[in-house]
Amino acid sequence: MSTEPHIKIHNLTMGYGDFIVQHDLNCVINKGDIFVIMGGNGCGKTTLMRALVGLQRPTTGTIFYSGEDFWNIPQEDQERLKRRLGIMFQSGALWSSLTLAENVALPLREYTTLPPRRIDELVSFKLALVGLAGFEEFYPVELSGGMKKRAGLARAMALDPEILVIDEPSSGLDPLTARRLDDLILELRDSLGTTIVVVTHELASILNIGSNSVFLDTETRTMIATGNPREALRSGDPKVRHFLTRGEA
Amino acid sequence: MMKRAHSISGNQEAAWNLETHLVGPDEVQVVFTGRWSTDQELPSSEVLHGKLPEGLHRLSFSTAALGVWDSGLLAFLAALLKFCNNRGIVVDQSGLPAGVQHLLAMALAVPAQKESRRKGGRRTLFFQVGTEIIAFLRGLPEMLHFLGEITLSFGRLLTGRAQFRMGDLWLEIEEVGPRALVIVSVICFLVGLILAYLGADQLRMVGAQRFIADLVAIGMVREMGALMTGIIIAGRTGAAFAAQLGTMQVNEEIDAFKTLGISPIDFLVLPRIMALMLMVPLLTLYAGFIGMLAGLLVSNTIFDISVFEYYTETVQALEIKHFLVGLSKGSVYGAMVAYSGCLRGMQCGRSAEAVGEAATSAVVTGILLITISASLMTIIYYQLGI
Repeated sequence: MSTEPHIKIHNLTMGYGDFIVQHDLNCVINKGDIFVIMGGNGCGKTTLMRALVGLQRPTTGTIFYSGEDFWNIPQEDQERLKRRLGIMFQSGALWSSLTLAENVALPLREYTTLPPRRIDELVSFKLALVGLAGFEEFYPVELSGGMKKRAGLARAMALDPEILVIDEPSSGLDPLTARRLDDLILELRDSLGTTIVVVTHELASILNIGSNSVFLDTETRTMIATGNPREALRSGDPKVRHFLTRGEA
Repeated sequence: MMKRAHSISGNQEAAWNLETHLVGPDEVQVVFTGRWSTDQELPSSEVLHGKLPEGLHRLSFSTAALGVWDSGLLAFLAALLKFCNNRGIVVDQSGLPAGVQHLLAMALAVPAQKESRRKGGRRTLFFQVGTEIIAFLRGLPEMLHFLGEITLSFGRLLTGRAQFRMGDLWLEIEEVGPRALVIVSVICFLVGLILAYLGADQLRMVGAQRFIADLVAIGMVREMGALMTGIIIAGRTGAAFAAQLGTMQVNEEIDAFKTLGISPIDFLVLPRIMALMLMVPLLTLYAGFIGMLAGLLVSNTIFDISVFEYYTETVQALEIKHFLVGLSKGSVYGAMVAYSGCLRGMQCGRSAEAVGEAATSAVVTGILLITISASLMTIIYYQLGI
């Protein structure tokens, strides 16, 4: 075990062409953190997530995973690091030609040598965890938006990743299902020690589950706070408090 | 107290171990030891089925010597719980780690969807052919319905009530006309060249090689120009129409038009059909011209027919009716391609796969309709003596 932090965002600047989305981001995510990326619409939350999971190269700066510089290592090493990540995309991003069971099973088939019976058991369990027991043979097109999202989470969890990256888990879910998902995230962290990165602007989620966070500002295009969101609410930057109280403070 | 014990473990590399102890007349304790994580081969819960005696009432667990675990253990237990539930065996989970108990409770909190969605087994060839034919026949009224909607939309266009933007029409015209010139040039030049060679070979036998000009001119202007253009446009534009409209269907953009009371046929289909009906005849004329150029090149360089001779022969052969036949065919083919492209796009399902199917189906339907109408028109024009 190295003493390096699990994930370290180092001097990160991201942009499209000449347009800078966010600049000079620095934060540390420890093992077992539930790290919330928050900020207003269009501030670059999803861009930061894409840089974290290797979909978009940052303009400058980099991200370290347990001390390994993700954006400056050979592609094979990047692929190895990526397998430690599980990603849930905003609208599920399920493969439409595969059933739910096949969607969740695909990473297991590709990256493990488990026999088919075991894979079936694992797939059923993961679907049950997100509340989709019995939907194995359904195609994504037959599901509602919230169900697709949850199936996307089951697929992200397929390989028991060390780090789970979740884009907007609760938007589009009813309050009870959203709460269940929050509980599941907490339980995954507590039981399996998973590090969880969540992109969200659901206040209840941020304050309930977040143990660490970064707040991206739209005006200055950089971070203005990092740390526990509950502390930020008590004594943080006025902008962050304004955001976390829906403009009441 | 322990009367009987079974032990199961993986191969030497595997670090997991599983034991069952009979701890009472009708109670079995399952003991997990070692590492239960998916980076190694773990057993399926079926290994226990044989070890649980008939008449068993209680199952409990001991995990005092359990090492690292992950969803491998959870999936094993979830399947075991389901099995016990079906057999009416009471399971005492208190021996499991707290995290395991919580996650299992979460997995079992939402009852399973009952409606099963088994994929159909193997179908016989007879069954498949039958289903396909029924699907085709069921599709016919829909095709006619769509044709009717387009006709109504043209009616609204004539009375000035159709809701569409002229800008869209110009964009479509640019997309299907000028941008198709290069591919139409290449293909029709080569078709003209083929016709010239074909004619030269046959006409040489009767010493009438200068009639190559007649053959190429009439062949290209009347038939081949329109046919080749139609097929190119079916592959190029028909597929694009189906993919565009199909993607709009997936994104609910078409529904958004409907809820606003704007006819998607007026707004999306009409400009596309008009663009093709206007541009394909022009492309057909252009195709005929390119074909004749190729004929001239072959006749002049290979068969020693002078440019002047080829020109006079061509002018003599071509009558205005040949142009009209070519133009009418081009117009009809354009309408067929636009119709099938828009039809398949509007019928598209709501997934990425459906968009692909729509594009494929648009090209197949387009070429089929072109061929059918080409044969019909050739027969009709022959009967009319045109």
